[in-house]
Amino acid sequence: MTNPNPLTEADVIKVASLARLELRPDEVATFTEQLGSVLGHAQDIAALNLEGLSPMAHPFDLENVLREDVVTPSLDRDAVLAAAPDAAEHRFRVGRILGEAP
Amino acid sequence: MTTSAISLAQAIAARTTTAAAATDAALSAITERDGELHAFLHVDADAARQAASAIDARIAAGETVGPLAGVPVAIKDNLVMTGVPTTCGSKILEGWRPPYTATVVERLIDAGAIPIGKTNLDEFAMGSSTENSAYGPSRNPIDPTKVPGGSSGGSAVAVAAGYVPVSLGSDTGGSIRQPAAFCGLIGYKPTYGHISRYGLVAFSSSLDQVGPFTTTVADSALVSEIIGGHDHRDSTSIDAPAPSLLEACGRGVAGLRVGLCSDLLDGADAVIVDRVRAAAAALEAAGATIVDLAIPELRLGLSAYYLLAPAEASSNLARYDGVRFGLREERDDVAAMNVATRTAGFGPEVKRRIMLGTYALSAGYYDAYYGQAQKTRRLITNALDAAYQGVDLLLGATTPTTAFGFGDKVADPLSMYLSDLFTIPSNLAGHPAMSVPFGTDSAGLPIGVQLLAPGRRDDLLFAAGAVLESEVSA
Repeated sequence: MTNPNPLTEADVIKVASLARLELRPDEVATFTEQLGSVLGHAQDIAALNLEGLSPMAHPFDLENVLREDVVTPSLDRDAVLAAAPDAAEHRFRVGRILGEAP
Repeated sequence: MTTSAISLAQAIAARTTTAAAATDAALSAITERDGELHAFLHVDADAARQAASAIDARIAAGETVGPLAGVPVAIKDNLVMTGVPTTCGSKILEGWRPPYTATVVERLIDAGAIPIGKTNLDEFAMGSSTENSAYGPSRNPIDPTKVPGGSSGGSAVAVAAGYVPVSLGSDTGGSIRQPAAFCGLIGYKPTYGHISRYGLVAFSSSLDQVGPFTTTVADSALVSEIIGGHDHRDSTSIDAPAPSLLEACGRGVAGLRVGLCSDLLDGADAVIVDRVRAAAAALEAAGATIVDLAIPELRLGLSAYYLLAPAEASSNLARYDGVRFGLREERDDVAAMNVATRTAGFGPEVKRRIMLGTYALSAGYYDAYYGQAQKTRRLITNALDAAYQGVDLLLGATTPTTAFGFGDKVADPLSMYLSDLFTIPSNLAGHPAMSVPFGTDSAGLPIGVQLLAPGRRDDLLFAAGAVLESEVSA
């Protein structure tokens, strides 16, 4: 790859934070190089003139698939909650979300 | 040599053997060899023996049983079964027991199949060698110093080692066809929407499809007919009748036009190119017309895929946040818990792809990367559609090389990604494709040739695949 790396270490740190991941300094360096090499390869399509082509999100044109508006069985609540790291009072339980009250 | 699923089911139905004997044979083969090969992450011997006894009892009572009654099968560990551990090869799901069963597994069980266990994979199906599994790699039974391919490597090993005649995998960019080629098996990726994704843990939802590994083309047809068809629980499932695949196996290729595609061939090892040309000659001898053609747009598939699949993955894998299932790393507040859980639970390849996808979708880069990749996906699909105006099928290599060694491509992810070059276009277009074993290299490692067909013409793959199969066994 002769292209300069399109990615900086600062980009990688920012992307990791958006993705809710924490990287060690050595990982930042490795990922910057590895992700840069994949993005470098992608320059072949970044440079194409694709005017007039519609973006394709899916193999075929999707329409909303609706069912009859009737009650049908769904997953058992207790079975679903049993697989959670923590549950209480029929709900998923997590730690504090907001800061302490003033 | 493995007995085919069809012959085994016939023998069990005719009571010349029993489901219990078939299950015991699978379990003892696993005990004997899977310490080395590591196809399985979880074997449920007691449940398998109980299911087999139940099938034998029904046969003894004269009841009608399904077409796979008593046949042991292996399931890739990204397909869920109620109460059976499902890890997706990731530490983030270690110990998770799903509260529901995938449609494909349910349909196999309804047909009488006996699930033996869950097979190894690259973490969340991201990889081409099983080296990205958090639980260690699987080994190729033909040469255990080589990878079995991936991501559905464990499922390929389970069949190639002769444990079971059938396994299920999933194919997002080649994850069934590439390990099938490396292990000498039939590997089939159906038309997108032909087989339900309900209960398949999502990697890249617009590309993922479930499909079987088998030793015969007819087994692949039977299993696909059993697990295929409309499922209201998958909103992308096609609600229309599909052509019979089993019937197609005996149809032959007389009158079909087959495109020998240089862009599914150039860059492959010479010995693989030779075998693809030999496959073209075999199809020609059976009455097909071979047309040499080029579809240069296919070369762009790799770049488009490695932006689109990570983009979808970055969204799909946001659900692993330590709240509803799997790992939680406790911290004082939820945001810190989310970060700590994901950082501890995901391996390096999954982190790479999540970050790549997050970057491609982020403000300022969306048009240049994700938008451009979506347009390239359209370009490739249009080019394939144009090619199918002149030919019925395309023929090329499944992989550029035969099975590679452990560690060969781990340090350079791009070199690993390049092994998917020939399999990616079918996923982007949503078209069906099949890898058929067609000889070996000088070291005896299997070579796969790849058949590609237009959407919803999966039957053509089985017609041509059966011809190639008869040529190899002749």
